[in-house]
Amino acid sequence: MPAELDRRRMARVLGRSEQFAQGDVACALGAVLGGCDFFAGYPITPATEIAEAVSRMLPRLGGVAIQMEDEIASLSAVLGAAWTGSRAMTATSGPGFSLMQEGIGYACMTETPCVIVDVQRSGPSTGQPTEPAQGDMLQAKWGTHGDHEIIALAPSSVQECVDLTRLAFDLAEEYRNPVLVMTDGEIGHMRERILLPDLADVEPRHRQRPSSLPDTFVPFAATNGKVPEMPDFGTGYHAYVTGLTHNERGFPATDDADAHTRLVRRLCEKITDATERLTRVEVDSEDGARVGLVSYGISARSAAGAVRLARERGIRLSHLRLVTVFPFPERAVLEFVRDLDRVIVPELNLGQICHSVREALAGAARVERVSRIGGEMIHPDEILHAVSHGGEPV
Amino acid sequence: MRREIRICGTGGQGIILAGVILGEAAMRAGYCAVQTQSYGPESRGGAARSEVLISDSAVDYPRVTLADVLVALSQPAWDRYGRQLAEGATVVVDSDLVEAPEACRLPFTLTAEKTVGRKIVTNIVMLGYLGGLLDLFPHALLEETVLANIPPGTGELNRAALKAGRDLFDSEGVRHAG
Repeated sequence: MPAELDRRRMARVLGRSEQFAQGDVACALGAVLGGCDFFAGYPITPATEIAEAVSRMLPRLGGVAIQMEDEIASLSAVLGAAWTGSRAMTATSGPGFSLMQEGIGYACMTETPCVIVDVQRSGPSTGQPTEPAQGDMLQAKWGTHGDHEIIALAPSSVQECVDLTRLAFDLAEEYRNPVLVMTDGEIGHMRERILLPDLADVEPRHRQRPSSLPDTFVPFAATNGKVPEMPDFGTGYHAYVTGLTHNERGFPATDDADAHTRLVRRLCEKITDATERLTRVEVDSEDGARVGLVSYGISARSAAGAVRLARERGIRLSHLRLVTVFPFPERAVLEFVRDLDRVIVPELNLGQICHSVREALAGAARVERVSRIGGEMIHPDEILHAVSHGGEPV
Repeated sequence: MRREIRICGTGGQGIILAGVILGEAAMRAGYCAVQTQSYGPESRGGAARSEVLISDSAVDYPRVTLADVLVALSQPAWDRYGRQLAEGATVVVDSDLVEAPEACRLPFTLTAEKTVGRKIVTNIVMLGYLGGLLDLFPHALLEETVLANIPPGTGELNRAALKAGRDLFDSEGVRHAG
């Protein structure tokens, strides 16, 4: 069980409240602010700096940071730690994220809170280790098998690496689900000014622990909306944890269609029902614009640059930045395009979230993309060119 | 005000650290600053690039588009990154390591070796020069930032290197090859 927050010690570990920090290190600082007390990971460019930073910080706070033999073991260790009451995290990049898909499915099925930072690099396979990409975005949603829902956040600045990693821990606890922080090699290695919050205001959201006694407790009964209460191992509660289809007592019920349907629908609905609450977007609408950009993560910086240049040149252009990518903020996207004819989605891949956008719009506006792979950023001029001459088709 | 600075060299020369310190000093001086980097998979060798944007308003697109100031400390890095310059850009190269007739050539490595006594601080000598060239914040602030970013016990060495670089700027300015 995590110790009570020792704010004085935390302040020493976090360092100055204003820092010129790297994105990866900012994720580690955000984890500490989110109450993280367990990290297991395996080194991989461009995510290694997260492991290095938490290895320096967590032991000084009474937490644990371990290097495992690979990424499968890393996420497994995180899930085990979560069941002992820890707020646990791992960090990786594409190749390791692929290995973690099995564990992500297990976490969804067993409703184990965990935070996974994916510092995306250019793939497939080992690809370009030191180059940024956004090629894991749909894998984030559909990389593991079976019906499930995921929460995924996409920082577009170093400050947001702090804020969203911190938030991810609270969301993981609240929804008992994996929460993914989808950053990339550019933000991960970029340095910018960050401001850390006043520690007096830092109060991580506590896990909902059993409100009934061990002999009457039903571990997978949804007492709290659609989220069950979670006992820690070793506290006297019987909790059978399995990736098999299970009944509300947690025992395998693999030939029970009703039990499976009830379970998996609840696992999905606990997230989809909360879509509005989970939606975080930034809207920059321009009166009279007929074209808009929908962006996320590092590409949002290119999009913001394009909007600035457009306005300098008298071109009307609106911009919606997705901070929450999953559950996909359909309503926010639909609202954004109300007066638009065309939407352009810039991404460091050959077209991923543009498909989610097109699905959400269902024809309400034409969706185009600006795609770039190979490790270079999308330049704002490329987006402006697409605004004037059309982007690639989706 | 927006300055776009690209520093490039060979992995291991401290190119990225120089960019980090420059960016942090700009932040301490109250500017908006972003430092980005790119390098190959090698821990030493290969062309490395560190870019710093310094602006008095928030920086959206974080990479250098056309560099106002370019510093190259190795020939491969110059060959690879010595393009995309703004009109009237200042181009500075190490006089002993880079063949670039159109650039302003300065003896960063030689100064580190002969004046300071350690070749390893070439990046800090270059940073001292760059501080003078950019003229955005006082030398003392840059020195303070250097001292906050180096291993313990190397303060005097780095202070001397930074000063030597600043002296280089004060005596040589932006000297063009003739």
